[in-house]
Amino acid sequence: MSLAQTVDTRPIVEIRNVSKSYRRGSQTIPVLQDISFDISEGEFLALMGPSGSGKSTLLNLLAGIDSVDSGSIVIGGLDITNLSEMDLARWRAVNVGFIFQFYNLIPVLTAFGNVELPLLLTRLSGKERREHVNAALSMVGLSDRMDHYPNQLSGGQQQRVAIARAVVTDPTVLVADEPTGDLDRVSAAEILALMGRLNRELGKTIIMVTHDARAAEKAHLIKQLDKGVFIDVHS
Amino acid sequence: MYILKLIFRNAFRHKLRTWLTVLGITIAILAFGLLRTVISAWYAGVEASSASRLVTRNAISIIFTLPLSYEERIRHIDGVKIVSAGNWFGGIYIDEKNFFANFAIEPRTFFDLYPEIILPPDQMAAFIRDRKGFIAGRKLAERFRWKVGDSVTLRGTIFPGQWDFVMRGIYRGRDKNVDETTFYFQWDYLNEKMKKTAPQRADQIGFFMIGVTRPDIASEVAQRIDNTFRNSIAETLTETEKAFQMSWIAMSQAIVTAIQLVSFVVIFIIMAVMANTMAMTARERIGEYAVLKTLGFGGGYIAALIFGESMIISLIGCACGMAFTFPAANAFGDALSNFFPVFNVERETIYMDIAAALLVGAVAGIFPTWRSVRIKIADGLRRIG
Repeated sequence: MSLAQTVDTRPIVEIRNVSKSYRRGSQTIPVLQDISFDISEGEFLALMGPSGSGKSTLLNLLAGIDSVDSGSIVIGGLDITNLSEMDLARWRAVNVGFIFQFYNLIPVLTAFGNVELPLLLTRLSGKERREHVNAALSMVGLSDRMDHYPNQLSGGQQQRVAIARAVVTDPTVLVADEPTGDLDRVSAAEILALMGRLNRELGKTIIMVTHDARAAEKAHLIKQLDKGVFIDVHS
Repeated sequence: MYILKLIFRNAFRHKLRTWLTVLGITIAILAFGLLRTVISAWYAGVEASSASRLVTRNAISIIFTLPLSYEERIRHIDGVKIVSAGNWFGGIYIDEKNFFANFAIEPRTFFDLYPEIILPPDQMAAFIRDRKGFIAGRKLAERFRWKVGDSVTLRGTIFPGQWDFVMRGIYRGRDKNVDETTFYFQWDYLNEKMKKTAPQRADQIGFFMIGVTRPDIASEVAQRIDNTFRNSIAETLTETEKAFQMSWIAMSQAIVTAIQLVSFVVIFIIMAVMANTMAMTARERIGEYAVLKTLGFGGGYIAALIFGESMIISLIGCACGMAFTFPAANAFGDALSNFFPVFNVERETIYMDIAAALLVGAVAGIFPTWRSVRIKIADGLRRIG
């Protein structure tokens, strides 16, 4: 399937004039400055840039886990910058799947339990939850490891569990913060291949922050950030 | 149910830390329970008091006596149903370390007045028949392995001389708060010997025990008794049995207060230990709480996880502490039966144990919950890695 076939041209994410700064003591440090861009449905976007360039901050804003100083972020037609903490939590539960650098699985829960976690916030019955979890774990190739605890899995397997957890609620957008940053080359390649499949076969919109040029190559679009502004865009 | 599973698994994630904390709470609850039981034991006499009984003593002090002739006059006062007389004897059995309470009483009226003291009818008849007879409580008889028919000699302190007795019965308490460590003998024996050896001390009574017709008129009857003997050679002070018992406790109120204070300090200390454990736990998991918030779980869920864990650790410690309190109290009661004839773990003590554990769990959970719920997701995620 070609890129043109995969990506819908309608923007699912609309970012307009977003600025964000942090305070450190009496100093205000600008992190993002008047950023505007769109992300189309089915897009696979890589955000790159040096440390402190603002890429993780931008990802956090897009995922609704941090708030803008000014500007608006509209995702799926909803301006999330106007939502309260509680509404934002509900919105995240339905619309965003997270993949973290360090997997961030709950160590006392099995792979199954970790993937089931986001479904507890839905109205699904126990049986339906089981079906969804089984499907998600099967998709990442870990059906045989569902009873394993995170410390019984390799880094790559843990990240695959994290991906299953991210997709199990069928979110609008997947955000990934350095998803291969803690993995060896082989595992990283497997994870990127899996993310590529999610994008191609399920049409998932993925926004990925990475330092790794090889990881970024998997994306349709690469945006380079430096000192809070976009400096370059590659397709 | 899922949250319960998560709480339980979190609680035992660091098994050593959790079990050490549980051990600390167990010891604290055990100490708290025993100290509260000591306080209950102190008040056991008060608890066993009847609302329909009065005690009349010399108004100057309990160490001064009252004339025997008062007994008949009290009996005729309106509202008085029954009167019995008694003396604190203060006898010593072989050695002072064998202390137990011993009283001279009038058996014919005494048992009518104290139905909670149960003596088999044949033993009661034998006791009444034998002027040198005595009865002892079950625990006292067990302590010295006395059997009915045994001869026992007490050395008098208030009433000097060697006093020989024959055991005629062993009484039991109808209720568990009845003292079963007392030695009772016939007041007539005491009085007759006094007539021979110290006639000026004969026909003197230490205190009168009075049964009233109705509990609600007890204070009126007390007033009537004291009015009867106003301006006499030995004025009386009449009070309810409870107030009489309380006046004894009042002498050692400072000790009771100190024990109460220590019992609360124990809980306060374990509260600090538990709060430290929970603060450490929550600090270590701040990243996980941030992940849960990222996934859409609210502050209430995070609070439930932390509070639930704190409560579970605290309640497990409480359950273990309560389980150990009963055998420990039995051993403690046996060892200190001279001082605490009644040493039972009261239901109120158990309720206080549970309340203390809930308080410890709740207080220990407040600060880490507050911190974890308030932390921004981005800040929490930064703690990982």
